[in-house]
Amino acid sequence: MSKGIKWRALLVLFCIALSLVSLAPTFLRGSLPAWWAKAFDPIHLGLDLQGGMHLVLGVDVDKAIEGRLDGLTDQVETMLQEQDIVFKRVEHLPGERLAVTVYDEAAGAQVDALMKKEFPSLEPMTFAGEGGYIQKNFRLSAQELTNLKEYAVRQALETLRNRVDQFGVSEPLLQREGENRILIQLPGVKDPDRAIALLGKTARLEFKMVAEDVDPLQAVKGNLPPGTQLLYERRVDPQTGTVSEIPLVVQEKTVMTGDLLADAQVRIDTRFNEPYVGVEFNALGARRFDQITGANVGKRMAIVLDDTVYSAPVIRERISGGSAQISGSFSEQEATDLAIVLRAGSLPAPVKILENRTVGPSLGRDSIHQGIVAVILAAVFVVAAMAIYYKWAGVVANLALGLNLLFILACLSLFKATLTLPGIAGIALTLGMAVDANVLINERIREELRHGKTAKAALEAGFGKAFWTIMDANLTTLLSGIILFQFGTGPVKGFAVTLSVGILTTLFTAIFVSRLIFDFYMDRRPVKRLSV
Amino acid sequence: MELIRPDTNYDFVGKRHIAIIASWLVILVGLVSLTIKGGPSYGIDFSGGTLVQIKLASETTAAQVREALKETELHGMTIQQFGEQANEFLLRAQGASANLENLATTIQGTMEKTYGAGKVEIRRTEMVGPQVGKDLRQKALMAILFAIAGMLVYITFRFEFRFGLGAIIGLVHDVLITLTVFSLLNLEIDLTVIAAFLTIVGYSVNDTVIVCDRIRENMAKHPKEAIEPLINRSINETLSRTVMTSGITLLSVIALYLFGGSVIKNFAFAMLIGIVIGTYSSIFVASPIIIYWENFKKHKAART
Repeated sequence: MSKGIKWRALLVLFCIALSLVSLAPTFLRGSLPAWWAKAFDPIHLGLDLQGGMHLVLGVDVDKAIEGRLDGLTDQVETMLQEQDIVFKRVEHLPGERLAVTVYDEAAGAQVDALMKKEFPSLEPMTFAGEGGYIQKNFRLSAQELTNLKEYAVRQALETLRNRVDQFGVSEPLLQREGENRILIQLPGVKDPDRAIALLGKTARLEFKMVAEDVDPLQAVKGNLPPGTQLLYERRVDPQTGTVSEIPLVVQEKTVMTGDLLADAQVRIDTRFNEPYVGVEFNALGARRFDQITGANVGKRMAIVLDDTVYSAPVIRERISGGSAQISGSFSEQEATDLAIVLRAGSLPAPVKILENRTVGPSLGRDSIHQGIVAVILAAVFVVAAMAIYYKWAGVVANLALGLNLLFILACLSLFKATLTLPGIAGIALTLGMAVDANVLINERIREELRHGKTAKAALEAGFGKAFWTIMDANLTTLLSGIILFQFGTGPVKGFAVTLSVGILTTLFTAIFVSRLIFDFYMDRRPVKRLSV
Repeated sequence: MELIRPDTNYDFVGKRHIAIIASWLVILVGLVSLTIKGGPSYGIDFSGGTLVQIKLASETTAAQVREALKETELHGMTIQQFGEQANEFLLRAQGASANLENLATTIQGTMEKTYGAGKVEIRRTEMVGPQVGKDLRQKALMAILFAIAGMLVYITFRFEFRFGLGAIIGLVHDVLITLTVFSLLNLEIDLTVIAAFLTIVGYSVNDTVIVCDRIRENMAKHPKEAIEPLINRSINETLSRTVMTSGITLLSVIALYLFGGSVIKNFAFAMLIGIVIGTYSSIFVASPIIIYWENFKKHKAART
């Protein structure tokens, strides 16, 4: 055997061995030693094949900026009071502005100096005063806006990851997509309702004092005094399950937020056998809570989550232990999920579900089954047609085709790519297109034989001339495969992966492997006629 | 075995005018159909909307499903049988419902009143918001344009500009005709169909490259020969390969179409048309473009 053939044969055998080793965990799940299964993951199935949930959430970054400006407004107000600067009002105006209104130039200068020193992220923009007042306007710098938005999305991703981890899904995927979108994939999720409820909640926990002097019924009609806010308390009747909403007017100013929580756990109230969520504050939170409750004994404090009042208990005494309980009429599941979102922290801005695709497990199983049937039938058609038309050369092509399929699957496993239903379609299509290379070679060999060349010379010329044709043809298809992968989303990407991998393995099997088989056959054997 | 005899010599080039007229007619029909229908009918991937796929334990009809769902306020929902058996249905609504899971649960609960508890299975739910739909549409369009530009560059680099021009016109032709068929049959265009379009683009160029490759080879061998007979001969020489490859690829796509399941049926159908048209266009559209280009240049040269 000539040396060249030996080395090429070794390379091909190595590829085959590697493919078989890497694919073993996919096909012989469970019956392999642990180290083997660990070294090579089984082929990942896409959500469309194994069932699961694909979500795209949009983070409302504008809300995060609004929230930041609200916070700044409070801070500026407090600071002005502390420094004894006389001012009329501090307000958060539309157009992402913060305005301080003062009575005279002197106070205006004081405000400017203070703002410059304490809030460098705010850019001054002065407008002519109205009605004798001077209004000092400030806005967040472009840099600060970008930072805030960036932070909001990153923080949201982190929080969602915490929630998903506690939800208990194997191999979840969370990643940022574009500027302010977050992609979440939850394979095999059993209860999509619950997943949505958990992920979609902002979980902004606030404590607000109830405005006892305002009649909620008047407020519902629209008579809301400034500085107060109308919220609703949700109550579920334990017997009938009907939900009722009771209006409640609270002071707009939040006395405390959930940022200062250390822990949240579900507990059962032994008296009514109802679940509630027990929360523990951190050191700072405990001190604040102690102050607030001390100052407001006898008043009602509303516990507000995402603008819904859960309960509004009367503060009977100063609470200094740093713990509180959120009771409301919820089921045990709801209480568990509330504890999860409180532990995982609130989202810096509300999220909106922009895209949701959920596939049940039974559809996935059917798709796999149909996909496999389609691939097998495609293979049978192709193999039969090649063998009939090109005889032994067709059999060689079929051998190359079989190896091609093996290599495609092995590449998917080695590169940890995900196999989807369109991906299976890509494989079926590749099987069809892969024969193109062999057809080109065989047609060329036939042509050369007709021109009166010997078997060996015809083979040489056939492969030689077909080589660049095959390269050009496949590279153009590969180009569209790569572009599909770059710009495609979801199903398109899955298709692009198998198509691109398929083209590469096709080039290898059709040019390299089938040539090797021919050479091996002709080596040391005087072949007069080629069976083409 | 040989399907196409080696001495085959059909006059493809001579029939190029008829072919061009036929192609224009089909494209015209497509444009008219698209105009009347206000553009292609997009699936929810691109238009945004809500989709719920249900499977019932027994067979029924779309009208009965609608009847069962009457009490829910799901007006404007289209109900359509999915697959061969009349026990799977697609329910679709235009609006993007934020609370998709609730919608699915409502549908399931309401239908179980008619069909019995446990007899209604929610197999798939999809919701695409209008903004995401718009983004996906833009991305898909970008992908197609980039693919075309990339191939034009590649072919110009490897061959000549006129070959690239022929290939690009050929593939635009293929996509337009496939679009026409989809519009006429009221089939929806979604993400997987776009993937099929891009594959058609790849396949069509692949086919054209092989014919062009032979034209280039023959040009080098017979530099004195007139362009028409030379191209005709090149097409005939590669005809056997064209028929074999297209035929075999078609076989595998037919397998996909028949047995791949309902989810990828439209995809397989687009491929089916695309392969037939792609083969036609490399013979009757792309190659004649080279002749037209040549004549146009000669004409221009004669004038100046």
